[in-house]
Amino acid sequence: MRKFLPIVLLALFALIPLVGLSSYLMHILILVVMWSVIGMAWNLLGGYCGQVSFGHAAFFGVGAYSAGIIYTKLGVSAWWGIPLSIIVVALVALVIGYISLRLRGPYFVLSTLAIGEVFRVSAENLEGLTQGNLGILIQERTWVEKIWYFYIILFIAAVTFYLIKKTIASRLGYYFVAIREDQDAAESLGINTTLYKTIALCMSAVIAGLAGAFYTNYMGYIDPDVVFSLSDISIVTVMVVMVGGVATFWGPLVGAVIMVLFAELIRSIPMLGAAHQTLFGILLIIIIIFLPNGIAGDTSKILRLLRIRRSS
Amino acid sequence: MSLLEIRGISRFFGGLAAVSDVSFMVDKGAIVGLIGPNGAGKTTVFNMINGFYAPSKGEIYFKGEKISQLKPHQICKRGIARTFQVVKPLQRMTVLDNVIASAFVRARNRAQAEAMAMETLKFTGLYDDRAILSKSLPLGKRKKLEIARALATQPEMLLLDESCAGLNPSELNEAIEIIKKIRDRGITILIIEHHMKVIMSISDRIVVINYGQKIAEGTPLEIRHNPLVIEAYLGEAQSA
Repeated sequence: MRKFLPIVLLALFALIPLVGLSSYLMHILILVVMWSVIGMAWNLLGGYCGQVSFGHAAFFGVGAYSAGIIYTKLGVSAWWGIPLSIIVVALVALVIGYISLRLRGPYFVLSTLAIGEVFRVSAENLEGLTQGNLGILIQERTWVEKIWYFYIILFIAAVTFYLIKKTIASRLGYYFVAIREDQDAAESLGINTTLYKTIALCMSAVIAGLAGAFYTNYMGYIDPDVVFSLSDISIVTVMVVMVGGVATFWGPLVGAVIMVLFAELIRSIPMLGAAHQTLFGILLIIIIIFLPNGIAGDTSKILRLLRIRRSS
Repeated sequence: MSLLEIRGISRFFGGLAAVSDVSFMVDKGAIVGLIGPNGAGKTTVFNMINGFYAPSKGEIYFKGEKISQLKPHQICKRGIARTFQVVKPLQRMTVLDNVIASAFVRARNRAQAEAMAMETLKFTGLYDDRAILSKSLPLGKRKKLEIARALATQPEMLLLDESCAGLNPSELNEAIEIIKKIRDRGITILIIEHHMKVIMSISDRIVVINYGQKIAEGTPLEIRHNPLVIEAYLGEAQSA
């Protein structure tokens, strides 16, 4: 039964649009699936390989701008940005990995935080390439209906899920977890830690970049403040996985559902402004204290709490 | 020909010479003990053989090849495995997964790695604990897991760093048996150990270091009667 859960869930998701949801609900659904892709990408590097990144907006943004720039500069469809982003983001990740993966623990985290900001500031100032703060507008949308966008991101999510599941069960997965648990022990067990950390970073970056390239096509407008945002992309990525469950297969999906709904809920509160980040912070504190393994990682704990509540 | 040859290695940390000009050889199939008082530099010697530190001076040869500039994972692939004094189990992995992760160095696929891991777990007596998360193992079994993990990389030479420290008497006898069984498989062993009963009963040769320098080398019997060694361990006998 458990074995078929991914397929059943995929089928269910594929059927949802057929009930005729409003455009707004379709938008929410697309965001949930897109964030689960970004979460899965982060989880591969941060959850399994233990290299926590606070700069995934760099990869998301480079993916988004790959699609945007070929549209404005070459005049081809922004959908070509999806295959193109794989190459561009992989190269960017190789360079970043070469520099920052020699750092360990908190130092690596800080370097990724800086890298995300470096990309945002660069995108703002390289006006010849990115049109700076003006942003890039995709003038003709491929579809008016949201349903095809939904199926495209759902396809990306399904492939990502399958890929990660296969990876984790293979040699790569064992090496990633070994590096997370103890880098010195892993190294002395014959694991080339630098090489495998770089592989984890590249895989993670490419997946996040795909989501970015999709975002450009879907939203039709990007600017540096949106796609390279520290608080709205990098931090939310970490939160999706923290809330859902670090190093679990379902964590990113659960986290994406909760975070997207939570963000929409907060947006509906009037006069809140930038204070919505405070609420994100409070949610994160609650999760860390009560469910350190996230919702998917602490299911047994949640069930036990519910049972006690019911019996008393 | 000796399997491992250490030629005049030194290691400085700032101005401090943790190891200075140590040379010795380890013959194939032997068990060689490396002893010395606390802080003598034994683990630093291991860290240099294993590749964590490059020697500040001197060279290390394994099977006639220079290995002293290689990284730990390259040295492991050439056939030297080690255990850690402060055990480093991969905590949130099961015992079996710990050993599979290291068996992958030689295995071509997952099935082969698992078969190798199972065999190693039976050999070290951890088979019944294979499904337990390694962070919940007691110390005695963690020490065994260190050995199992090192063995799963199918080394020609094994560096054991205090694998018997902190064990109770029955675990100790078990550990000695395992070490002898490893030797009988043709694996050469270099062992750091404070437990004199262990080191005297299993070693073919013993190297003694103190303040980072080699002060004696010989058979257990020679070492037992060497005045320099007695002085290093007990202080000057006359002054007592």
